[in-house]
Amino acid sequence: MEVFFQQIINGLTLGSIYALIALGYTMVYGIIQLINFAHGEIFTAGGYIGVIVLSFMQARGVLDTHPFLGLLLAFILAMIYCAFLAVALETVAYRPLRGASRLALLLSALGMSIFLSNGMMLAQGVYDKAYPHFFTSGGFEVGGVIVTNMQVFIIIGSVLLMVGLNLFVNRTRLGKAMRSTAQDRVMSAILGINANKTIVTTFVIGAVLAAAAGVMVGLYYGSVRFDMGFIPGIKAFSAAVLGGIGNLTGAMLGGMIIGMVEIFAAGYLASEYKDVFAFIILILVLYFRPTGIMGEQVDDTRV
Amino acid sequence: MKFVIVLVWAFILLFPMLGIEGGRFVWDRVLKVMAVITAAGMLVLIYHYFLKGLSFRPKTFDASTKYRPPRKLLIGLGLAGVLALPWIADNYTCDIAINVLIYISLGLGLNIVIGLAGLLDLGYIAFYAVGAYTYALLNTNFGVPFWLALPVGCVISAGVGAFIGYPTLKMRGDYLAIVTLGFGEIIRIVLNNWDSVTKGPNGILGIKAPGLFYPVVENGSIAFAHLYLKNLIWMYYLILAIAVLIMLAVYRLNTSRIGRAWMAVREDETAAELTGIHTTRMKLYAYMLGAIFAGFAGAFFAAKVRYVNPSSFIFLESALVLCIVVLGGMGSIRGIIIGAVAIIVLPEMFRGLALYRMAAFGGAMTAMMVFRPEGLLPAKRKAQEVEMERKTANIS
Repeated sequence: MEVFFQQIINGLTLGSIYALIALGYTMVYGIIQLINFAHGEIFTAGGYIGVIVLSFMQARGVLDTHPFLGLLLAFILAMIYCAFLAVALETVAYRPLRGASRLALLLSALGMSIFLSNGMMLAQGVYDKAYPHFFTSGGFEVGGVIVTNMQVFIIIGSVLLMVGLNLFVNRTRLGKAMRSTAQDRVMSAILGINANKTIVTTFVIGAVLAAAAGVMVGLYYGSVRFDMGFIPGIKAFSAAVLGGIGNLTGAMLGGMIIGMVEIFAAGYLASEYKDVFAFIILILVLYFRPTGIMGEQVDDTRV
Repeated sequence: MKFVIVLVWAFILLFPMLGIEGGRFVWDRVLKVMAVITAAGMLVLIYHYFLKGLSFRPKTFDASTKYRPPRKLLIGLGLAGVLALPWIADNYTCDIAINVLIYISLGLGLNIVIGLAGLLDLGYIAFYAVGAYTYALLNTNFGVPFWLALPVGCVISAGVGAFIGYPTLKMRGDYLAIVTLGFGEIIRIVLNNWDSVTKGPNGILGIKAPGLFYPVVENGSIAFAHLYLKNLIWMYYLILAIAVLIMLAVYRLNTSRIGRAWMAVREDETAAELTGIHTTRMKLYAYMLGAIFAGFAGAFFAAKVRYVNPSSFIFLESALVLCIVVLGGMGSIRGIIIGAVAIIVLPEMFRGLALYRMAAFGGAMTAMMVFRPEGLLPAKRKAQEVEMERKTANIS
């Protein structure tokens, strides 16, 4: 029975990471109807910046004396870097294609995804880049289930970020602008909402969450690699679709479900095929309930 | 100016990745890349401000007086060159030519799915894998010869194509892309892990090449001797025949009823359904036909290399074929030939820069979409469509 609860904890951890990445996908799709293939690469970049900052601090000897400051700095710098990257991505690859066909946007996103992942390979090398071991150890036991500190940190951290996102989207003016532009871009522009600024804000917030997820994955698994964004990216998009694309709570729910299903399927069924389960869920959801569990929210006005 | 802002952004993005190593700041790589970007930007600026308006032709040039060799001569020379290639070129060039022809076949197959029918298929390489593994399994387990396995492989590829296409019939374009990507990955993972049948990552060895029976006169009577077409020259002509057949098929399909039905489905599915086109059937046909052509190419690949393993069928290959179709020009046969030649030959010419290959292709795909979405050599209709889109894009 402890195995079951252990799997639940593992599933929650993985699920929160997928939820963070899925939020980025769902927000961007809700606002410009584009599957941002390069989002997985932003997640990878966040992981890389985290490891670079932490290694830098460790080499300077600062990490031993100020561990939590180092962690905070890693997160913040990764978020800032990914925000810059996302803005550059949007300006270079997506804004020129604003009115173009879906195919052109998708291919541009795909091209950027390949370019960024190979760019990171050229910059940082093909091998895994290891995180300092300082944080990855330590845990406690609750009734036979081992819960590591990192898992608690990831779950609580993601919950905090998601709550923060909810507050931002529902209580602030920029959040209201995002919701309104996602609902009807032309009308929002008529009412005076700057579409470009709102879209850039959406990309930035998605990138911030993905950066946090990247650093968390690096801390949890101990290393990052240049192509670690591809498969989680697809799974996170499946999670976003599962929950209802464009729907923030749907993305969080979908991420949790996909994480749980993957861990349980890997534990009880077959662990080599664990990537396959997310795709199967995606195909089944799109076939039987294309609008997702909580219903989709995209700009479906027809001009 | 904007150029300075671009340089500052590039620095902000590149410095953390390239410039921090083990506690020190390292400037040489960052400076090298910044120098390259500055040089490229300078060239773009010079072109933009000084060279764009210039015309290097004399003002009284008259196109009709310029000498152009007769078209038939050019075509004849081209055909002679293609047919004679394996005799006049060395093994290396012949091998590259065979690769180009394989990718032309794949590109033409994907062109049917994306260019004609408008179904964005990101898992196309799965059909290639199915074709290759079908021939491999049939040959090593049951001893089936190549020419018999080819139609069987086609039927199985078509079946897989229909199977993959069926759930996606009602999906929107974006979802279609991800689902086909997922199917491609599923097939690769299954091939990698199903050790009992596909031998997993070890791959399948010892596949026989295509064989040929030819008549020999022996002791006054006619007997048949067997010859394995292992020679590179035979392989070249085989893939040339396959590629030419596929080209003919695509050329005829373009103007046939099915081809026009595909284009109608691509433009507006509801309207196509209303005019009586059976959209479900047409979409399934598109998948199946694309899968059949990929199955041809796959079976040939297995026969040529005589060893298959799942790492030849990763998503990157699918993206490469997509690059060929997109960069060359969707919907046009000549464009795909140019695209395949560019994608296979250019990395061979710049072997020293092999590490930058995929990054260059990714960047090139995005740049193509931003600056020239119809591709290098588009079909006439596609070029007109893009022109119309460009004119109306400012409205939204």
